Amino acid sequence: MLHIFCPHCGELRSEEEFHCAGQAHIARPLDPASCTDPEWGEYIFFRDNPRGIHHELWDHVAGCRQYFNATRDTVTYEILETYKIGEKPQVAAGKQPSMQLTKTGQEEKV
Amino acid sequence: MSVINVYQQNPSADVKAESPLHHADLASLIGKGRQNAGVTLREKKFLGHLTLRGDGHDPAFASGVHKALGLELPVALTVVARGDTSLQWIGPDEYLLIVPGGQELEVEQKLRAALEGQHIQVVNMSGGQTLLELRGPKVREVLMKSTSYDVHPNNFPVGKAVGTVFAKSQLVIRRTSEDTWELVIRRSFSDYWWLWLQDASAEYGLSIEA
Repeated sequence: MLHIFCPHCGELRSEEEFHCAGQAHIARPLDPASCTDPEWGEYIFFRDNPRGIHHELWDHVAGCRQYFNATRDTVTYEILETYKIGEKPQVAAGKQPSMQLTKTGQEEKV
Repeated sequence: MSVINVYQQNPSADVKAESPLHHADLASLIGKGRQNAGVTLREKKFLGHLTLRGDGHDPAFASGVHKALGLELPVALTVVARGDTSLQWIGPDEYLLIVPGGQELEVEQKLRAALEGQHIQVVNMSGGQTLLELRGPKVREVLMKSTSYDVHPNNFPVGKAVGTVFAKSQLVIRRTSEDTWELVIRRSFSDYWWLWLQDASAEYGLSIEA
């Protein structure tokens, strides 16, 4: 079972307490009324399905009930970092995560 | 000006009230368990449960809560108590306040007065949940069977409180003293927890307290 670091609770929790809510960082169009149908459809229905680094929205359902973001490798299922809503990810596709980042995000606070 | 309708939600004492575990008739089971039972269970019923929401990082909110309750805002994963009143961190903007039954309205009014003008919410949850107190040397064994959360004293000191998965549902575990733990359970799950706890503590002996 995976242990996921909840940035609100500040500790590692077992995966069964969490729920994945899909892709993160999807900006809602500022003026939905002026969107064309394809634009709105894109926003509502279309999601990335990358092989590798993926930023996702997770919910700590059974714990603090807060949403947060996680950067996950879809190949290895490794969660490289978790961060609060509004913060920027430190690991991005095409950028190798440094060992230090993975450490502060996950392993150090066991 | 406040447009919130604050009113007495508790019926007066002459109205019949049933706790979530009323059907289990715990009173008839008192003294029937094994001698020196490893687990002693008590339903702390008819307490006032209030959900308090507001920005926990805002000093104005913290000082307002302190003014109203005399309690410091608890930090993450902890519960603070003064007498029969306890305040628990549920999330960064959510707290659970438990007061003796009958004090809900007074406390809510105090909170609203002290937090006037702030972006907050106070909701009376008393009818929706209850507290189960588990006491005894084998309580930790029962918890270990029921939850994936680490309840070892190193990870779960007195005063800690976590929401987690428990059996096939979710609840809040609070450690109030060395061998006393509390479970905050939802009313609709009370029968499930009652059956689960009976089964999980059978091997250690379960006794019921009023």
